[in-house]
Amino acid sequence: MERKAVFANPEALTDDLTHYCPGCTHGIVHRLIAEVIDELEIREITIGIAPVGCAVLAYNYFNLDFAEAAHGRAPAMATGLKRVQPDKVVFTYQGDGDLAAIGTAEIVHAASRGENITAIFINNAIYGMTGGQMAPTTLPGQVTTSTPFGRDVKLAGYPLRVAELIATTSGAAYVVRRMVTKPATIASAKKAIKLAFQAQRAELGFSLVEILSSCPTNWGLSPLEALEWVEESMAAYYPLGDYKVIDEVKSLR
Amino acid sequence: MARGTILIDEDRCKGCELCTTVCPFDLVHIANHFNAKGYRPSTLVDPQGKCTGCTLCARMCPDVAIIVYREGA
Repeated sequence: MERKAVFANPEALTDDLTHYCPGCTHGIVHRLIAEVIDELEIREITIGIAPVGCAVLAYNYFNLDFAEAAHGRAPAMATGLKRVQPDKVVFTYQGDGDLAAIGTAEIVHAASRGENITAIFINNAIYGMTGGQMAPTTLPGQVTTSTPFGRDVKLAGYPLRVAELIATTSGAAYVVRRMVTKPATIASAKKAIKLAFQAQRAELGFSLVEILSSCPTNWGLSPLEALEWVEESMAAYYPLGDYKVIDEVKSLR
Repeated sequence: MARGTILIDEDRCKGCELCTTVCPFDLVHIANHFNAKGYRPSTLVDPQGKCTGCTLCARMCPDVAIIVYREGA
C-alpha cells in the first residue's frame, strides 16, 4: 500500500524551529494562520505585521512578506500598507501586552475607522517576553511577578475584554473569541481565522480574532495544566463567542 | 479503518506532552532519551499498528514536529 502525508508543515511556514517555550500555543496559532493562507492560496499577496512581545520574531517563521512594527503600532502600520496596496491581504499578529496595553489606541481606532485589515490577538493574561509581569488582561487575583499576592483590582483595576470592546465599534465586521486547548477548539479557531481573512478579501471591514492562549513558563504550570487553566479560569472571564458578525460576513460561511 | 502512522521529528520536539493526551488509542508517549536540545521527545508506541492517521496529535503540536501518513489515502 502506498502511504501519503495527510498532515505536514504548511507552505506558509518556514522550516525554522520557533523560539517559543515548550507547550506555548503561539506555535499552534502560527500553524493555523499558515494553513488558512495556504487554503485560500494568498501566500504571495499576504503581508503580516509582527508585534513586540514573544511573537516579535514571527517574521522568521512565516514564509511570506512581513514587517515589524513599533510596540503596539501594528494596526497603524497595517493601515498604511493596506491603503497603499489594497489588493494585498494584511494582518497583524499581536499579543496582549502589545494590543491591549501600549497599542490600545491603535487597535480601537483602526477598528473604528473600519480599516480593511485582520488582527490576530493572542491573549495569555500576562507579559510573556519580559518575564511574567501583570498585563491589562491579567485576571483578578492572578499571581504574576509584579503582583506576587495576586492582582488586586482595587489597586490595579480590572482586566480588559478586548473582543467585547472592539465589537462596539461601527467599523468592525467580524470580532470573535476562540481558544486553542484541544483539537475541537483548535478547529473552531482555524475556522474563525479563515472567515476573518475571507471578510478582508471581500472588503467588509475590520476583523479581529482573539485567541485565549497559554503561557506555561510564566504561569508556573506544565503545558497540559496551562491548557486546563485556560479552559477553567480564562474562559470564565473571557467567554468564547462571536461578538460581532455583520450579515455580509455571515453569508461567507 | 484507514491504517496510518506518524513520523515525529525528534529534534523539533520540545517534549511539551500536548500530543500525548489526545490520541484515541493512547499511542503517543514521552521517550526516555533526550534529543539534541535536551528535551525528552514524544514517540509513537504502536506495536499492533493501531494508528489510523487521524491527525489529532499533529493538530495539538505547537512545533509542527509530527507528519501524519495514511495508507492508500
